[in-house]
Amino acid sequence: MATEAQGESTGLEFHPMEQFIVKPLFGDGPVQWYTPTNVTLWMGIILLAIIALFVMGTRGRAIVPNRVQSIAELGYGMVHKMVGDVVGKDGLKYFPYIMCLFLFIVFANMLGLLPKAFTVTSHIAVTAVLALAVFISVTVIGFVKNGTHFLGLFWVTSAPLVLRPVLAVIEVISYFVRPVSHSIRLAGNMMAGHAVIKVFAGFAALALVSPVSILAVTAMYGLEVLVAFIQAYVFTILTCVYLKDALHPGH
Amino acid sequence: MEGNIAELGQYIGAGLAAIGSGAAAVGVGNVAGNFLSGALRNPSAAAGQTATLFIGIAFAEALGIFAFLVALLLMFAV
Repeated sequence: MATEAQGESTGLEFHPMEQFIVKPLFGDGPVQWYTPTNVTLWMGIILLAIIALFVMGTRGRAIVPNRVQSIAELGYGMVHKMVGDVVGKDGLKYFPYIMCLFLFIVFANMLGLLPKAFTVTSHIAVTAVLALAVFISVTVIGFVKNGTHFLGLFWVTSAPLVLRPVLAVIEVISYFVRPVSHSIRLAGNMMAGHAVIKVFAGFAALALVSPVSILAVTAMYGLEVLVAFIQAYVFTILTCVYLKDALHPGH
Repeated sequence: MEGNIAELGQYIGAGLAAIGSGAAAVGVGNVAGNFLSGALRNPSAAAGQTATLFIGIAFAEALGIFAFLVALLLMFAV
C-alpha cells in the first residue's frame, strides 16, 4: 500500500535520469577526485573486457582462429581498413590510438546496455576528454607536419577571392566547434537512448499499457544495440576525417 | 497557481528545443534516402561510400544533438 501511494503521488516510480548519477562505491561520502565510484568500477570492467578479448582471446595465435580470436581479428581489421581508406597510408602510424578510442567507446557503450550497468560514455565529462584529446593532438600533428601551411585549411583557394575571408571565418568557427559536436554527439545519443528505455520501463507499472511498454522496451533495446555500435563507429571515423585534414590540409 | 515564471519559461523552452530533434530527423532521413536512391542506381559504387554516408548522418545529427543539449541545459543546469 505504501509503495502504491508513493507511486501514485510521483507518477513514475523512478526518475529516468537517476541511472546517470555518479555514486561512491563505498559509503555515502562526497565524491572527491580519488573516490572510487561506479564510473571507476565500470571503466575497470571495460578495461578487463578489452584485455580478455584482445590479449587472452588471441593468445593462441592460431592460423585457423577460434571464435574469440575471429571477433578480435574482425574488429582490428575493420578499424585498420577504415584508417587506411579515410586517412591514407601515412595515417597508419596513428592507427594504435584510433584503435584504442574505438575499443574503449564500443565496449563502454555495449557494457552500458547491461541491466543495472553504468554507461560511462553517457557523461559529457568522459566524452569531452576523448574529443579534446583528439582535437589537441590533431591540431599539433597538423602544425608539426605542415607548419604554417596547415592554416591553408581555413583559406579555401577553390572559392572566388571575394568569398574567401567570409569562408575563412566560417571554417575557423566550424573547426573550433568540432570537439563540442564530437563529444556531445556520443554523450547525447547514449544518454537519450538510456533515458527513453527507462521512461518506457516506467510505464510498465501501469497494468493497462504494460504489454505495449514491454514491447517498446524490447524494440528500443534492439535499436540501442545498433546505436551503441554506430556511435562508436562515427566517433572513430570522424577522428580519421580530422586526422586526414591535419595531414593533407589542402582543399 | 503558484510557481515562478522562470520555471515556466524553462519548461516551455525545453519543449521548443525538442522541435530541433524533429528537424534533425528530417535531415538524417534526407541523407539516408538520397544515399539509398543513389545506391540503387549504381550498386557497385555504393559499398565504397558507406563511410561518407555515416559522416553525413553524423553531421546532420550533430545539430539535433545541439537542440537536445539546449533542452537539457534548460531543464537541469539553468
